[in-house]
Amino acid sequence: MSQHIHPSSRRINLASIGANVLLWGYAAIVILPLLLVVSNALRPTREIFKNPVGLPTSPSFESFVKAWEEASFNIYFFNSLLITVASVLLATAVSALAGYMLGRYKFRGSMLLTAYFLAGLMLPFRLAIVPLFLLLNDMGLIDNRLGLILVYAATGIPFSIFILSSFFRQLPKELSEAARIDGAGEFTIFGRIMLPLVRPALATVIVFQFVPLWNDFFFPLVLLRSTDKWTLPVGMTRFFGEFQADWSTLFAGLIITTLPLIIIFLLATKQIIAGLTAGIGK
Amino acid sequence: MTVSTAKPTRGKKRKRAKGVGTGAPPWEIIALFILPAFLLYTIFMIWPLFQSLYFSFFEFKGLARGGFVGLRNFHELFTRYPLNEQLPRAFWHNVYFFIGTMLIQNTMGLLFAKLLYASRFGKRFFQTVFTLPYLISALVVGYLWSLMLNPLFGPVNQILRAIGLESLARPWLGDPATALPAIILVNAWQWVGFPMLLFSAGLANISNELREAAHIDGATSWKLFRHIELPLLLPVIGIVTVLTFIGNFNVFGIVWAMGGVNGEPAGATDVLGLVFYRTAFRGGVDAFGLASALAVLMFIFIFGVSMLMLRYFRHMEENLT
Repeated sequence: MSQHIHPSSRRINLASIGANVLLWGYAAIVILPLLLVVSNALRPTREIFKNPVGLPTSPSFESFVKAWEEASFNIYFFNSLLITVASVLLATAVSALAGYMLGRYKFRGSMLLTAYFLAGLMLPFRLAIVPLFLLLNDMGLIDNRLGLILVYAATGIPFSIFILSSFFRQLPKELSEAARIDGAGEFTIFGRIMLPLVRPALATVIVFQFVPLWNDFFFPLVLLRSTDKWTLPVGMTRFFGEFQADWSTLFAGLIITTLPLIIIFLLATKQIIAGLTAGIGK
Repeated sequence: MTVSTAKPTRGKKRKRAKGVGTGAPPWEIIALFILPAFLLYTIFMIWPLFQSLYFSFFEFKGLARGGFVGLRNFHELFTRYPLNEQLPRAFWHNVYFFIGTMLIQNTMGLLFAKLLYASRFGKRFFQTVFTLPYLISALVVGYLWSLMLNPLFGPVNQILRAIGLESLARPWLGDPATALPAIILVNAWQWVGFPMLLFSAGLANISNELREAAHIDGATSWKLFRHIELPLLLPVIGIVTVLTFIGNFNVFGIVWAMGGVNGEPAGATDVLGLVFYRTAFRGGVDAFGLASALAVLMFIFIFGVSMLMLRYFRHMEENLT
């Protein structure tokens, strides 16, 4: 098609060469630092200082062991996993319930409630940290993983309801009516019939909540005090102070923190892209 | 993170309405479904936001709330040293951050989206690679690049020296002149995939008939982009601008990792997020009142400007159609 639109195919070739140079060039800028992190984690600091860019001569996982055991990454990792998974499950469960009701039915105040939940997409909730701190303090939930889980779950609700209610809305009415005639209650219809049908949306919601919570630094920094409760990002700040001179271990720490996300990305690229472009359409 | 203003088309709406049950269940059932989310969201998100406003008018002594002090906390923000110097400086750094990100990150995102739209081959590969850094914690990205940019052992300077650009090698994060621009670039490195994906989705939404009609009328690729695609991308440009604005005025982790809690060197990378954190948790005995006042001002500014931007873009769209 493009041939009879542009008479000079030579210009197109030049343009496409230029485009490829740009795309591959930038891809290198993204990938090379990440490869360098892996390479440098596998060789001793001595070697890194002698030659910052290079391949390991005799690859060793010593730095990973050091980060995991000496720098407490085993503790941080467990905390991050526990807090993130619990928050995501809690937020997804309550959002599925509410999203179902708001997506399927019109009742008095349903529009207002939907707007109320969706407003959370725009609110910079970090700015509420002072009252939140006092609230959790009154509840005895400062320096407590449960406190952080409740806060995280709350922040995940707007996006989850936004996605889930629009998926529930698109399911055909006949399904629930047939079940209702058979005498099924609302919870049965929800759990047995509707929920399995929105599985793709659930995957998007879960993956898309997981990433920012795993990476969050602000809330654990403020809400958790004792180091044995810290998550990876907060632990990282102490780690970078203590292991300043041990670059090999620093690089290993960066990898340990990021690895679960890379695995998720490889498994769920589609969901991540769907979440990032939610509402724009295909 | 993702906010949508895209409206469903009429036809879609009608089709969707078909699936929605008309007879709503009794209110007890409705309440059982909605209450858990409602309570969690209200108690831990909405209520504290409102309380911030209320608290900003009170004096605090540590964790204890004292008497009503009117606008004194707000007044203190602009008169007490060192806040009176740090606050405006951090504000302008955020403005600079936003402009820099718009010019570099979002222009690159649009360029990549356009290049990838035209190419069939490797589209998915490049999209995946460019989006990859978004996954990494801002803190990890910051630490990673502070190692890369290290003046002694960092690969960036090493590579510059190796290719004969020794004069460009410098302590990027140690020099007040280059520290903030370096952080803006690193932040763009992390986020460029996001505008790219949004622009890609926007370009895919433009009907090919329009493009073909333009080709038949003899439009060059540039003219097609400038006069057809770019105007039709306005809604996406609007969303990207607003999200960039909100993101940049909340920037925290990456600056902490590269410049520390005080925005080193010499406050050259200090931003509002850091000032807010320091005011609340590293301030004096009355810190919570001051921090609440600062939260209110930041909220009004960020939310207000976002609304103005959305309105401006909607206005521009209307002028086009």
